[in-house]
Amino acid sequence: MISSARARNASLQQMTQAALKGDVVPSGLEPGPLDQRSKELRKQCVRCLLGGSRGHVGSTFSLIEILRVLYDDVLKYDPANPSWEGRDRFILSKGHGCIALYVLLAEKGFFPDAELDRFCHPDGILGGHPDHVKVPGIEASTGSLGHGLSIGIGRALAGRVRRADWRVFVTLGDGECNEGSIWEGALAAGNHGLENLTVIVDNNKRQSYGSTDEVLDLEPFADKWRAFGFGVHEVDGHDTDALRDAFARLPYEKDRPSTLICHTVKGKGIPEAEGNNKWHHLRAIDEAKAQAMIDAIEAY
Amino acid sequence: MRKTCIDMVHELAKHDDRVVFVGSDLGVGTLDEMRWELPDRFFMEGVSEANMIGMCAGLATEGHIVYTNTIATFIARRAYEQVCLDVGHADLPVRFICNGGGLVYAPLGPTHEAIDDFALMRAIPNMTIFAAADAEEMREFMPQSLDWPHPIYIRLAKGHDPIVTKELPPFEIGKARPLIEGSDALIITTGITLRVARPALDELRAEGLDVGLLHMPTVKPLDTDAILSRASNSRAVVVVEEHSVIGGLGSAVASLLLEELASPPSFRMIGIPDQFPDIYGSQNDQLSYFGITSERVATEVRSLLRRAAA
Repeated sequence: MISSARARNASLQQMTQAALKGDVVPSGLEPGPLDQRSKELRKQCVRCLLGGSRGHVGSTFSLIEILRVLYDDVLKYDPANPSWEGRDRFILSKGHGCIALYVLLAEKGFFPDAELDRFCHPDGILGGHPDHVKVPGIEASTGSLGHGLSIGIGRALAGRVRRADWRVFVTLGDGECNEGSIWEGALAAGNHGLENLTVIVDNNKRQSYGSTDEVLDLEPFADKWRAFGFGVHEVDGHDTDALRDAFARLPYEKDRPSTLICHTVKGKGIPEAEGNNKWHHLRAIDEAKAQAMIDAIEAY
Repeated sequence: MRKTCIDMVHELAKHDDRVVFVGSDLGVGTLDEMRWELPDRFFMEGVSEANMIGMCAGLATEGHIVYTNTIATFIARRAYEQVCLDVGHADLPVRFICNGGGLVYAPLGPTHEAIDDFALMRAIPNMTIFAAADAEEMREFMPQSLDWPHPIYIRLAKGHDPIVTKELPPFEIGKARPLIEGSDALIITTGITLRVARPALDELRAEGLDVGLLHMPTVKPLDTDAILSRASNSRAVVVVEEHSVIGGLGSAVASLLLEELASPPSFRMIGIPDQFPDIYGSQNDQLSYFGITSERVATEVRSLLRRAAA
């Protein structure tokens, strides 16, 4: 026991040193190109980061293609009437990735685009975690991890009670799946056979301290979801065609909730940020840093 | 009281299709009739309080009035963050029906004794806290709970509690219920301490002391007018509650008196001292052990009045 604990500590120590040096840890995905739309969305994220001079970069950039496909091609919604009964409910349970969602919601017209520049301002509506009381289009206030799935389950059950055809989508981080409440929710969703519920995992393989396999190993991850009663599909979370196809095939199994595991790269789109834990959350972002980020995105 | 409360959920659900019930692995047979009659709106989840409360928040967001039930400590302590953020911050109509308020689960020890629930729930903005004295008060409360626009923490007593609220004016959420007015001293109660304090009130009045009693089934929002209008004319105020002396009704009244009155009356809190219960026995055994008794109420009122006169 003692030797295995020592080995683990040594491994964590190496990981910490690598993370502190800013070493890039490979994600296992081939580095893929980004089309101009994906680049533009990331540049809008940089507006937010500069507006607040801070923000979670890594988990925002791993989410872009997932949210882009959802809001371009999958979800039903009406920006002029955010509480339209017939809409699909989208909950970003990994609330720290909210900048990506703000950019999509602003683009679709849920609130004025100028709000992006007021990220984390005292008089702005966009905070470092999303607040549904303040922001049109945000379905649940998240930020404390492990809450969104259960809220989504309640909403999916309400949809079932009223025999509605709208669906519920909940996006989790893989690190977030350390939370016990996620697995309480997974048990319940499986038990209720919630076919109208889809869990999307932004599986970027990294959490705040380091890589998920070393901090708290989740593997075999897809098998865990299957064991809890979900139909499961895996996809490259930056491949928009593959994402569209994966969403079109929902539900993956009849009378079961679905999980789409999206393999992503934390910080995707800025080479220095990719797999670099120093970029989990950045502070003191000034004009020069923001410009360097935009240049890196454009050159990607 | 629990049966009255739970049975009334079914009654409310029959007449209002917004009402749903969510339980957490409760005793067999709980709300069976509702389960058969309204299966779409009856949910019995497992021993998963965090998920259960998140689920309640989701149901309430979609327009349901959600009545959820489990043991008080598992709501107030274990799932505090879900109660605070998913329900409190969102200000949703979830009604937490909490078994075993205070020292009810005395034989089961500190894991099950809800001695800090008022303190925890008071610290959540938007939360309403209701502690019934008896089944009658619960019967008055439940229909009013339907359209109350905020979450409610409902503290249940042991069950088969004696009916002690018949002489009180009608119940209204957020309003104190004066039993009798008095100009010498004021006793304030909540939940079952109405019955604890009642003999002391009779005894003190028989001694010629003009003592009033204000029963406060709603701990939050605090009926400040009811307290201040009486306390400002009293020389002594004693708050008696089945709760820690930290953060409960006594703390709320103490802050109010100190902040609002130029010359606050002499004041005493009777409750559980800052410790975990360290004996077993019955609820009554522990009430005696911690001095939450009629004798203590009478003694404290006399002592405060002597001090005020000195």
